[in-house]
Amino acid sequence: MQLIFERSREGRRCAILPKSDVPVVALPADQLRSQAPKLPMVSEIDLSRHYTDLEKHVHGVNDGFYPLGSCTMKYNPQINNEMASLPGFANIHPLQDESTMQGAMEMLYTTKEYLCEITGMDDMTFQPAAGAHGEFTGILMMKAYHHHRGDKHRTKIMIPDAAHGTNPATAAMAGYTVVTIPSDENGFVNLDKLREAVGPDTAGLMLTNPNTIGIFDPNICEITDIIHEAGGLCYYDGANLNAVMGVVRPGDMGFDVIHLNLHKSFSTPHGGGGPGSGPVGCKSILAPYLPKYNVVKDEDGTFRFDHAPHTIGMMRGFYGNSLVNVRALSYLLTLGNVGPRRVAENAVLNANYMKNRLAEKFDIAFPGICMHEFVITMSRVKKETGVNALDMAKGMLDYGIHPPTMYFPIMVDEALMVEPTETESKETMDEAVQIYLDLYEKAYSDPQVLKTAPHNTPIRRPDEVGAARNPKVRYLF
Amino acid sequence: MSYIPNTDLERKQMLDVVGIKHLDDLFTVVPQNLKVECLDLPDPMSELEVSKTLRAMAAKNKVYSSIFRGAGAYQHYIPSIVKSVTSKETFVSAYTPYQAEISQGVLQSIFEYQTMISELTGMDASNASVYDGPSAAAEAMNMTRERNRNKVLVSSAAHPMAIEAIATYFFGNEMEMELIPLKDGVTDMDALASMLNNNIAGVYLQHPNYFGLLEDAQKAGELTHSVGAKYVMSVNPIATSLMKTPREFGADVAVGDGQALGMPLSFGGPYVGFMACTNAMLRKLPGRIVGETVDAEGNRAFVLTLQAREQHIRREKASSNICSNHALMAMVASVYMSAMGPHGMAEAAQLCYSKAHYAASEISKIPGFELQHKGDFFHEFVTKVPCDPKKVLDLLDKKDILGGLPVENGILWAVTEMNSKDQIDTLVNVLKEVSRSCN
Repeated sequence: MQLIFERSREGRRCAILPKSDVPVVALPADQLRSQAPKLPMVSEIDLSRHYTDLEKHVHGVNDGFYPLGSCTMKYNPQINNEMASLPGFANIHPLQDESTMQGAMEMLYTTKEYLCEITGMDDMTFQPAAGAHGEFTGILMMKAYHHHRGDKHRTKIMIPDAAHGTNPATAAMAGYTVVTIPSDENGFVNLDKLREAVGPDTAGLMLTNPNTIGIFDPNICEITDIIHEAGGLCYYDGANLNAVMGVVRPGDMGFDVIHLNLHKSFSTPHGGGGPGSGPVGCKSILAPYLPKYNVVKDEDGTFRFDHAPHTIGMMRGFYGNSLVNVRALSYLLTLGNVGPRRVAENAVLNANYMKNRLAEKFDIAFPGICMHEFVITMSRVKKETGVNALDMAKGMLDYGIHPPTMYFPIMVDEALMVEPTETESKETMDEAVQIYLDLYEKAYSDPQVLKTAPHNTPIRRPDEVGAARNPKVRYLF
Repeated sequence: MSYIPNTDLERKQMLDVVGIKHLDDLFTVVPQNLKVECLDLPDPMSELEVSKTLRAMAAKNKVYSSIFRGAGAYQHYIPSIVKSVTSKETFVSAYTPYQAEISQGVLQSIFEYQTMISELTGMDASNASVYDGPSAAAEAMNMTRERNRNKVLVSSAAHPMAIEAIATYFFGNEMEMELIPLKDGVTDMDALASMLNNNIAGVYLQHPNYFGLLEDAQKAGELTHSVGAKYVMSVNPIATSLMKTPREFGADVAVGDGQALGMPLSFGGPYVGFMACTNAMLRKLPGRIVGETVDAEGNRAFVLTLQAREQHIRREKASSNICSNHALMAMVASVYMSAMGPHGMAEAAQLCYSKAHYAASEISKIPGFELQHKGDFFHEFVTKVPCDPKKVLDLLDKKDILGGLPVENGILWAVTEMNSKDQIDTLVNVLKEVSRSCN
């Protein structure tokens, strides 16, 4: 594929802006850049065809099955996008007078009401732009809580070894030392190890439940009790909420602060890597530390922005990714009171169905009923055939389906983590299962084909080592 | 629940394969006492009801036909092609491009974005984007940290939300921030010189600054480098297409909010934060970076690269926890910059500058609305105000005009290519009325 810069021709352009209707005032010569930026010089048809070309080399949820574990790639309903593009949301300035944007504030307030009810939280901020940003927000609120109580010696955060990489990275950004808690043989948090690790220096715990291997930890209340008894707070990573929403609430499991990935459980699109939205909910004890600004509703029904008395400040500009939040509200209205549970049931049923069918050949890392996702280990197949998780994933590309998440969680050898989501039908999963089983056979009959896969994609396996060793991160004219 | 395709019959077949009878059996592991009885929420809505409900909310917001407010969110013309390209469903619904073989379209679009941002800022390298301008500022100041250098100096004329975001991030990483005072609306260079020492990690300057004024960015860079600190500049991407680049001013890191590059005002987001740096800083740059390489057959290919900086590899030793960034908004910026081209971008910048100067000269003639500062500005400026600013803004509101933002002792006005001469003249006439009624 040509780069847009290779389509560029000196002198070619689109006619976008008019001539000036006021006297032209020249910028002082010493303020001007010495040469113009080498931006593309293209006509509109060049642009249209360029991006049409690029689109053909992308796999979206609209192209087919997308069972990326931990990413919850459910379908993105079109109505949500249409609502977000309404001029009444898209064309309002964030610093307009509050009286002129009551509807937008109502949108945030209503979204907050829905999500607080679903999660069992008392309050929520929409400032965070993504899950990791939400984690950072939540952990800073915990830190502010401890500091405000004069409790500055709590320097450690407990994180199970099954956690997403963002959890330890977040704790470190917030100035905390990470204590890794091992899992037991069932994939649950090892309670004895947790008890040994906590103490007067414990600031809190970060936990995903169901965890990253797709298992709900039944000891959840004991875990949060251990932390609370040590004086710490419990953070819930909401990345996997899709499995349990409407069934059980983080607030009832003993969590004090949570983030949600609206671009996972609440159907907002992922955009090839954002923008997402990572609202943070909290119990009332942490509400005084929420970031600026929060919508509150006065008794007369009007909405206004306020900030918490001991706010940690702003995490970014304005009020968050508002148009993403409009999409989430559109979805929440569709779900209503019974929808969240239907979503969870169907997501979990789909995962268990696929897991049971694949267990015929593949080794499942943790047997038994899983939640919304499960992990295959390719360890044995690799020993027997040389075909590893990467080869299997690349083999799937030749069949036009998106592979599962590879090599995560890191505690499972040669992991492939599959999350079908509730928006996939039985026949879609049946087709995928057949492809997985065919590939399994191929690992034994013709491993070389898989080791050199993919064969039918726009490019073959790229040289990632070379890319990192000698970084070329921009086009050189 | 229209987004769940399986029928009751299919569910039954699937339950049989799993070996259970009821959907409830999937959740036996959840302690019984924790289970939710019923969520206290309204009944589910049909698509038609959702549409009506949200349209009613949208209708309660006022969309102004004439906007003279900026302060970090600017109304610019958005070429039609921007929306048509970036609303393609595949781009919208794809995940982060982990599987390079089937994600070349997204990867290439990010590589092109990185190139355009590098060109615009004059820097060597750009990342794939961060959330917005203020979060980019915070991440950039974190990049400047070195052993024995834990404190940064930030211009008081930086955007207040960027200052706040830096402070919030620093509550986490326990770096220190001190604000550099102002002199006539711009950063006081004498004060900066006196505050610098060998413990300073970085200096943050916004140019044009929050009040629209042009800073002595050259001098700030020289002073910063004289003590071995890193120089971080925040710039307006439209202005930079015509004006000296951060690189020409000696910046080590350039950041800014990319909202002006094709994104609507959007009640504050999503926008995009751009971050670019010198090669020397590349391995400290947070977030995704796309690099060019070759595939097994020697053909050009693009991949996510330098991942050893990132959280999924480094965990607690990562340079940042960021993973999802604002890829689709980065694509919006790329399509905008391509549609405008170097000439269109420069025209937009020139129109902003000319119109802002026309508006400033007309407004400042009105008694009570004199310019607050002496220095030259780009497309924003502060005037005095002869009475309560609310009175001025209410009067403008009645004429469907969103006036400037009240700031200390004045009003901060923004003028872009969207403001016609007629709009500016109408604004001036209303202000004349105000002026008369105040005297």
